[in-house]
Amino acid sequence: MSGNETVSASGAGTSYLPEGLPVPRAETDGLSVPYWEATREERLLVQRCRSCGGWQWGPEWICHRCLSFDLGWEEAPPHGRIFSWERAHHPVHPVLEGRGPYVTVLVELPECGGVRMLGNLLGNPMEPVEIGTEVEAVFEHHDHPGGPYTLVQWRRKQDADSEEERK
Amino acid sequence: MSTRTLRGKVAVGGVGETTYYKHSQSPDPEFKLALKAILAACEDAGLDPREIDGFASYSNDRNEPSRIAAALGISDLRFSNMQWGGGGGGGSGAIGNAAAALNAGLAECVVVFRALAQGQFARFGQGNVPGTVTGELAFNAPYGVMSPAQKYGMRNMRFIHEHGVRRSALRAVSMASYHHAQRNPRAVMYGRPLTEEAYDNSRWICEPYRLFDCCLENDGAAALVLVPAERARELKQTPVYLVAAAQGSEHRNGAPCHNAPLYGTSSFTTVAPRLWKMAGMGPSDVDVVQSYENFSGAVVMSVVEHGFCPPEAVNEFFQLENLVAPDGKMPLNTSGGNLAECYMHGLELQIEAVRQVRGQSTSQVPGAEVSMVMSGPMVTPTSSCIFGSEATL
Repeated sequence: MSGNETVSASGAGTSYLPEGLPVPRAETDGLSVPYWEATREERLLVQRCRSCGGWQWGPEWICHRCLSFDLGWEEAPPHGRIFSWERAHHPVHPVLEGRGPYVTVLVELPECGGVRMLGNLLGNPMEPVEIGTEVEAVFEHHDHPGGPYTLVQWRRKQDADSEEERK
Repeated sequence: MSTRTLRGKVAVGGVGETTYYKHSQSPDPEFKLALKAILAACEDAGLDPREIDGFASYSNDRNEPSRIAAALGISDLRFSNMQWGGGGGGGSGAIGNAAAALNAGLAECVVVFRALAQGQFARFGQGNVPGTVTGELAFNAPYGVMSPAQKYGMRNMRFIHEHGVRRSALRAVSMASYHHAQRNPRAVMYGRPLTEEAYDNSRWICEPYRLFDCCLENDGAAALVLVPAERARELKQTPVYLVAAAQGSEHRNGAPCHNAPLYGTSSFTTVAPRLWKMAGMGPSDVDVVQSYENFSGAVVMSVVEHGFCPPEAVNEFFQLENLVAPDGKMPLNTSGGNLAECYMHGLELQIEAVRQVRGQSTSQVPGAEVSMVMSGPMVTPTSSCIFGSEATL
């Protein structure tokens, strides 16, 4: 894969996209703090209503099903299926100039009520992308002067399995 | 219960626009463009600009009614209205809001306008995202998802997947806009025809979109003057009546992080039925359609969701011959629209819809009486409206 050397909290690693893209932070009202903190520990958290049990994503202060404010966070199995995708070619940020195409996927988490999460699909960006393909989460750690953060990326389960076999 | 409706209550008395420029090429700043478009619409109507007592716009237009009213010497500003939501989703919404105010007696003469100088401010096709992001942006921008093409590409890709939409359908939308722009001297792409080969060979912006699937980036302004129906009959132009307007958003369409339940839609599934109900019409009554092209693929979604063709028939329906004036099955974007006339955030589509009913289009559909606009697919809220001649009321 095309990658960029970074030094991350968990040691040297590579990031899919170049460093210098916008840095994610939780809102000042604290809504998504548990999610971002958990990614540092390589755990994927999704909101779940303590009142009706419904899953919810992205983060919100109220359960859209039962209108309870009693929302908790639950660890999601870090895998899902590609629900949609796109391949960006035109650079929309100075650090993407010359980077070449990259793939973004929307991943459905069937075990969490089908909520969807967005990330990049690691691997060769020109490989055909099929909706329905099984993928698993990869935690991509970034160092940053303002504080480290972790992005949740995705790779094809098939790629992950063959990597396991090589080990 | 009495019927509450906008049907036939209000009419467009005048329309106007500035010269349309490629982004960064306007000699005038945005506010001056806004003033010029408003004065042009008043002139078209044959109406003193001091009669204006209300303004409606959308997408956080920077040109505030109070400043405009002061600049134009308006003595009694009675209505100032901003439709929430970004993109062009508020184009028909602003028309509906203006009409509602007129119908309720809140104002007598409301201008709907949009001024946008992307050169002076920021180009939409570039990310324009700050260095640190929170909320929704934090779940998008670090993954390189920043521009409108990237924000909506995945929704459109899902629709394409669900309905087996072929590239030829998207291409037909682009070809129709460029075809009509060649007859429209106002169009930025006048004199620059598009061939199928040029479309097919154009670079990818963000799959599923090639360059010619994406709207332009322009500088300019456009305005329409709306008045009560009886007042319109005293003005210079043939009145063009608002037959229906609807706006809104499907169930949780604005759910954060791409979690709208009906993801692969343009979000017209609830708006379109309300529009048809107010109009007392259906797709077969419509003579000509202006459908907002943020992206060509989104036009396909909008047209399907307004009932012009079932999703399984899009590949047959979206062929150039069906989409061109004067005698296509559904003449589409007859001024060149956002792809080839000017990206005036879709307000140029409202003006074109009015010109069709007046018989003044550069790609006139003979005898057009019912003329509709679909604004801002995939954004939330979105909106659509229908204009008609006196005979349609």
